[in-house]
Amino acid sequence: MGRYIVKRIIYMLLTLFIITTITFFLMHSIPGDPLAHMAKNLPEQVKANYYKKYGLDQPVIVQYGKFLKNVFTEGNLGESLRYPGRSVTETVLNNSKVSGRVGVQAISLGIVIGITLGIIAALFRNKWPDYLVMFIAILGVTVPSFIIASLLQYTFTVKFQLLPTTGWGDMKHTILPTIALAFSPIATYARYMRSNVLEVINQDYILTAQAKGVGTFSLITKHILRNAILPVITILGPQIAGIFTGSFVIERIFGIPGLGSYYITSINDRDYTMIIGTTVFYAAIFVVAQLVTDILYGIVDPRIRVSNDNE
Amino acid sequence: MEAIPKDKFRRVEIDSKEAEKMARPQISYWQDAWRRLKTNKVAILSLIILSLIIIMSIIGPIISGYEYEEVDPKSLNQPPSSEHWFGTDELGRDLFSRVWQAGRVSIIIGITGALISAIVGTIYGGIAAYFGGKVDNIMMRIVEILYSIPYLLVVILVSIVTDSKSLGSMLIALTLTGWCGTARMVRGQMLQIKSQEYIMAAETLGVKPSKIIIRHLIPNVLNVLIVSISFSIPNYIFSESFLSFIGLGIQPPNTSWGALASAAQQKFIFYPYQLFFPGLMIALTMLSFTLLGDGLRDALDPRLRE
Repeated sequence: MGRYIVKRIIYMLLTLFIITTITFFLMHSIPGDPLAHMAKNLPEQVKANYYKKYGLDQPVIVQYGKFLKNVFTEGNLGESLRYPGRSVTETVLNNSKVSGRVGVQAISLGIVIGITLGIIAALFRNKWPDYLVMFIAILGVTVPSFIIASLLQYTFTVKFQLLPTTGWGDMKHTILPTIALAFSPIATYARYMRSNVLEVINQDYILTAQAKGVGTFSLITKHILRNAILPVITILGPQIAGIFTGSFVIERIFGIPGLGSYYITSINDRDYTMIIGTTVFYAAIFVVAQLVTDILYGIVDPRIRVSNDNE
Repeated sequence: MEAIPKDKFRRVEIDSKEAEKMARPQISYWQDAWRRLKTNKVAILSLIILSLIIIMSIIGPIISGYEYEEVDPKSLNQPPSSEHWFGTDELGRDLFSRVWQAGRVSIIIGITGALISAIVGTIYGGIAAYFGGKVDNIMMRIVEILYSIPYLLVVILVSIVTDSKSLGSMLIALTLTGWCGTARMVRGQMLQIKSQEYIMAAETLGVKPSKIIIRHLIPNVLNVLIVSISFSIPNYIFSESFLSFIGLGIQPPNTSWGALASAAQQKFIFYPYQLFFPGLMIALTMLSFTLLGDGLRDALDPRLRE
C-alpha cells in the first residue's frame, strides 16, 4: 500500500507540473498583446515600464522559469494583468471560499439524497418508487444544470418569492445554487447506488444471512448497505470535477462571487495571469481529489491493493 | 388424469439425411443484434425521436419560411403563435428556424466529435495493445496523464488559444483529450481478445496477422466502440452547450442549442418559452442517445446472443 501511495503521489505531481506547463505556454502562445487593453494609448516609455513590471519584455522561457520559482517557493501566482495590484493567489483563495461552501453543500446533499434514493429504488425494484427515482435520475443526467437553475430561480423567486434571485451573503442565498448543483450528483449517486444494491442483494451471503434469521432492518443496514456503499467512493473524484464545471454556470446565473464566475470573467477579459492561476488551482484540487479517491478505494477494496502490489 | 392420445406414442424415425440440416436460418451477428434491438421498445423510441430531430434539423429551417438570421424589428420577443411557431427572440428572429439551425450545429459537433475521438482512440489503443511491452507502457502513461487533466479546463484553454468561433476550431478543442477514454477502452478490449484461445488457434493455423486483426480483433472491438460512440455524442453536445453558455462557443448570427439557451437564460424571467425549446431539444437528444446507447449495449453484447 505504501508503495502504491508513493507512486500515485509522484504521478500526481508530474500531472500537475505538466498541466501548469501546458497552461503557461498555451496562454503565452496567444497572438496579440496581453496588455493591449491599457497600453494602447500610452507613451512608449510608460509602455516599456509596464512590460518590465510584468516581465513581459523577457523571453517566454525566462518568464516560465520565474513563474515556476514564484509558485513553488512562495505559492505566488503573479498579479492580475487587468487589475494592477490585485494578487492572483489572494483572489483565488478568497473566491474559492465562496465556491467551496456551495460545492461542499451540493456534494453532501448529492451523496445523502442520491444514496437514499438509490437504496429506495433498489428495494422497491420495478414498483412505483423505483420508476420515480429513475425518472429523477434520468432528468438529472440529461437536463443541463443551467436549465434546472433557471427553472428553480423562476419558481422560487418570481412565482413564489420565497428566496432572493441573486446575490451572496446569507444562508438563504446558498439554497437554490446548492440544489441546482446537487441535481446531477443526486442522479449519478442514485443510479450507481441502485445497481450496487441490486448486485449485493443477489449475493449468496445475503441468502445465508436470511436463512440464519437476520431481521429485515439489520439485513439492509448491516449486510446490504455496508457492501453496496463502498464502490460509491470511486465516483467521488469525477463528481468533484463536475461540481467545478457546474459552478461556472450556476455562479453566473445566481450572481455568486465565487471562483467559477471569476474564472469566466477573466476568460472574457483575457486576463492571462488570472486564467493561468485559476486553472492551476482547479487542476490541483482536481488531481488531489483523484488521489484521495484512489487511495480511499485502495483501502476499501483489498483486490485493488493486491493487484497494485504485485505490479 | 388426462388421457394421453395414442399418436403421442408414435416412433420418431431418425433420418440420417436430416442430421446436417439447420433447424433455424443462420443469421449474422449484426442481424441478430438488430433483431434484439428491435424488441427493445425504449431503444426504438429513442431511435425514432433522434431521427425526427435530425430530419427536422435538416428541413426545419426551410419549412418555417423564415431565415434563421433574418431580423424583424416589428416582432420582437413574440410568444409562440401560428406565425412564429416557437416565437421570436430579442431581434425578432424566428425561433423555430433558429432552434433547428442550432440543431444542425449541435448534432454535427456531437457526431463528428464522437467519431474523431473514436477513430483516434482506436488507432492509439490498438497500437498500444498490438505492440505491448514498453511501447504500451509509455503510451498508456501518456494517456493516464492526459486523462487526469480536467476535461473542460483543457477545452476552455484551447478555445481561448484558438479563439474558437468556428466549428472546426471548436471540434479541435473538444476532441483534444476526448479520445483518451476510448483509447483505454480499446486497448483493454484488444488485450483481452488477443489472449483468447481462438486467436491462438488462428495463429497456429497460420492465419496472417493482418487477417487476424481484420477478422477477429476489429469486429470484436466494434461493438464496444459503437456503444461508446452513442454515449459520447451527448457528452459532446453537452460540452458544446456548456462552452457556448460561458461565451466561448459559436458566435452569432450562427447558433447552437447551447448558445440559444445562453441567450434565453438572461431574459428567462420575462420570456421563459425562449429557453424551453432549446432546453427541450438538448434534453431530448441527450436522453435519446443515452437510452439508445443502453439498448445497443444489450443488443451488441455477444454473451447475450440467443
